[in-house]
Amino acid sequence: MMRGSSRSKSTQNLDRTVCMTNCPTLIVTVGLPARGKTYISKKLTRYLNWIGVPTREFNVGQYRRECVKIYKSFEFFRPDNEEGLKIRQQCASAALNDVRQYLADEGGQVAVFDATNTTRERRQTITAFAEQNGFKVFFVESVCEDPVVIAENIVQVKLGSPDYMNCNTEEAMEDFKKRIECYENSYETLDEVWDRHLSYIKIIDVGRRYLVNQVQDHIQSRIVYYLMNIHITPRSIYLCRHGESDLNVKGCIGGDSGLSPRGREFAKYLGKFIESQDISDLKVWTSQMKRTIQTAEAVSVPYEQWKALNEIDAGVCEEMMYEEIQQHYPLEFALRDQDKYRYRYPKGESYEDLVQRLEPVIMELERQENVLVICHQAVMRCLLAYFLDKTAEELPYLKCPLHTVLKLTPVAYGCKVESIFLNVDAVNTHRDRPENVNIHRTTEDALQTVPAHL
Amino acid sequence: SGLMVSCVAVAQHVHTGDGQYPCRVSQVSQLAAALWLWAWYFLPFSSASVPQLTNSPTLIVMVGLPARGKTYISKKLTRYLNWIGFPTKVFNLGQYRRDAVQTYKNFEFFRQDNKEAMQIRKACASNALKDICIYFSKENGQVAVFDATNTTRERRVSIVSFAKEKGYKVFFVESICDDPDIIAQNITEVKVSSPDYVNCDKEEALADFLKRIECYKQTYVPLDDEKDRNLSYIKIFDVGSRYLVNRVQDHIQSRIVYYLMNIHVTPRSIYLTRHGESELNLLGRIGGDSGLSPRGHKYAASLGSFLKGQNIKDLKVWTSHMKRTIQTAEHLGVPYEQWKALNEIDAGVCEELTYEEIQEKHPEEFALRDQDKYRYRYPKGESYEDLVHRLEPVIMELERQENVLVVCHQAVMRCLLAYLLDKTSDELPYLKCPLHTVLRLTPVAYGCKMENIFLNVEAVNTHRERPVKQKGENGLKPSINVVNFLNLCLIPAIWGGGGGGGVACCHIVLS
Repeated sequence: MMRGSSRSKSTQNLDRTVCMTNCPTLIVTVGLPARGKTYISKKLTRYLNWIGVPTREFNVGQYRRECVKIYKSFEFFRPDNEEGLKIRQQCASAALNDVRQYLADEGGQVAVFDATNTTRERRQTITAFAEQNGFKVFFVESVCEDPVVIAENIVQVKLGSPDYMNCNTEEAMEDFKKRIECYENSYETLDEVWDRHLSYIKIIDVGRRYLVNQVQDHIQSRIVYYLMNIHITPRSIYLCRHGESDLNVKGCIGGDSGLSPRGREFAKYLGKFIESQDISDLKVWTSQMKRTIQTAEAVSVPYEQWKALNEIDAGVCEEMMYEEIQQHYPLEFALRDQDKYRYRYPKGESYEDLVQRLEPVIMELERQENVLVICHQAVMRCLLAYFLDKTAEELPYLKCPLHTVLKLTPVAYGCKVESIFLNVDAVNTHRDRPENVNIHRTTEDALQTVPAHL
Repeated sequence: SGLMVSCVAVAQHVHTGDGQYPCRVSQVSQLAAALWLWAWYFLPFSSASVPQLTNSPTLIVMVGLPARGKTYISKKLTRYLNWIGFPTKVFNLGQYRRDAVQTYKNFEFFRQDNKEAMQIRKACASNALKDICIYFSKENGQVAVFDATNTTRERRVSIVSFAKEKGYKVFFVESICDDPDIIAQNITEVKVSSPDYVNCDKEEALADFLKRIECYKQTYVPLDDEKDRNLSYIKIFDVGSRYLVNRVQDHIQSRIVYYLMNIHVTPRSIYLTRHGESELNLLGRIGGDSGLSPRGHKYAASLGSFLKGQNIKDLKVWTSHMKRTIQTAEHLGVPYEQWKALNEIDAGVCEELTYEEIQEKHPEEFALRDQDKYRYRYPKGESYEDLVHRLEPVIMELERQENVLVVCHQAVMRCLLAYLLDKTSDELPYLKCPLHTVLRLTPVAYGCKMENIFLNVEAVNTHRERPVKQKGENGLKPSINVVNFLNLCLIPAIWGGGGGGGVACCHIVLS
């Protein structure tokens, strides 16, 4: 799979990182308030960054809040409020300016311009701006008339907004509804005829229907595929590692060993825990390695095996202890500490490779509802980084201890995380970045952060 | 002959793991302590190594006037789905009609008021649906593409109730196009040469076909936003400039939509070649990451000249991450992109061995590979099946692109070729992909025209033919299979699992 331009400076790989797109892309949201534009913007941004495409969102509402310190009422948004209009236009311009800087000067590849953009006039301005700067434009319009969905949106994300800090629920609801009305009269939806030369996807009723027009390139095609796979049905994703394995106990990485006695106990507790959660229609996924399969066996629910969930391949370092890696491959060991995300074990993989390998798993996770994923340390770090929007720098150091289940529940614009330790002891397999990552460091410095083992 | 296996562990759907798609394993109970082996013919892994992501079969129903690309889409989609491991088959109503009415006279057959013809056409549709039933229930099909106009609501309603009755999911694919140029082009490419018009000249055929289309236009009711809002469908406008997607139900429909949104009909060529001859090639060793031999470099230079001579517009060049393809591309003097997914099949413990050494060190593995080369996975390595999954994003991007040169490896090239030429998984591992030869594939009509261009630089032959199958006297496989079964019984836990230790699945199917 092609990789985004991660601007990698790793020298040991003679790869060339590849741009997903030749020119930067400006994604422009379109839609009335409370149609999920910001939800989509944030989620899409998170996904694109995770797969290696530098992306940033620019929320015009944020700019407006910085400009007009205190929000009074919906009157600000009235179409005949000239002063309000002026400020809003300035904010949009300021945001576009920052977009230009991000895409042209800061190495960004995709910018998401999150605003209502409900008039043709506004969209034409943006298109002209993009043309001027050599950016491709892709519109994402969300159309929804279901009052139940809209009310739910308002409750989830608007009531808690800084705009309504000093209002009670009813007041805020009322005001926001009037705000929406201010936009309704001038709303010009993307039109099949008038806008047939624009590239866009129209999402209707939270994904029941899509209209896709003039997809120009690979990244737009990926964006469309992603948007067509996400949903907002409430559900939870459970992530955990296999139970403690025999190789874990010895302090060895990789391999394909079975569970230790404590690992088997964890598997039993996991089964009980899952039962107690009383989850409807739970899907269970494992890798193809013994330790995850043995763990799933105790859960007593049919499970599916994904090769893509296999642990990171440590190549020549498979089944070695950190001490042995330091002994046999001190240079490699140091290089890994220097750039753990991009570093590829000789004849093995990097975290970056893992992310690519896991992309179909993420896509399927998006499509599914309640899922339990029983996987491995590096794999779980990658999945967690996707859900919690962690950077490539943070990803390889995320804490994913054995015998702990993470329950992720999407809420508002992010993910609520509950960490549940199932009370069966296990070795610690987490190795922090040591202070000294120089290739000439001493063995002592190299092994400074290695966790205890047999 | 014959020890018995009382395998208590029996999984209903037994599949190998594959690259991207999960394989389902149902409840497995513990293996009895005493195992008896039944010397049947074992495949190392399941013959049904297909990810069963959905329990019910899917019926794809094409909708559209004649010459709107329905058969093109049907065949292409079927080829893609089969390649990624979903058994799929096209049921073309025109074929049924040709079998029923031996000679085609003219468009009058398709007139709305031609009662006799209507009877025949209805009977054909009915037969096709019956055959689809058989395909799903008896032939392990997972997807059937019903390729017909299906232009009336009445016809579609009857298909939907048929499917509902049988428990099939339905997904409509409608192609809408009013561009007279495209339609004329379609007619010229595929209709004029159809068996229907074998005795006509081009103009006659074109005129008759246009009248045929008129017959359908009168009763054509496209899928409607309102009335059909509960159906699952994709509407393709003007050969892909626009799509309307409604109610995608599941994973496979989502993949189908993604695929359909990435294909195009712009004329272009795909060039496939292996890297130049490598140092390890010369030594008869498989895998590894060696550089080019002197002849390999010579080939790369010739390749450069060849491409210049072809004068290809906007050619994209893709290589793998391995030295030998990169070195080959370097000679071309044009920018190239590296794909890790294009790396050669990982031969695991057999990397860099000669076939003789493999026979010496891993004779059982060697034999197993010959028994099922497509699904066989090298220990600590990959199978062709894994390769196909790994290559799927490459195929998707190849579909999106126009002129592309892919510099890759033998196993990889076989997989790509199998996709482009619709080869089965059985044929795939034995496709001939010699060194120093460029294959130029140009989509034409419903398939691909292939030109084989040897660039006149000698190289070793790396092709190993399918060996002749050996059967034991009584028709059973020789005892090596017993060893293979033990070897491939995945989990040592079977032997050494401690108290209460559940036994993981056994990947076996008895064929």
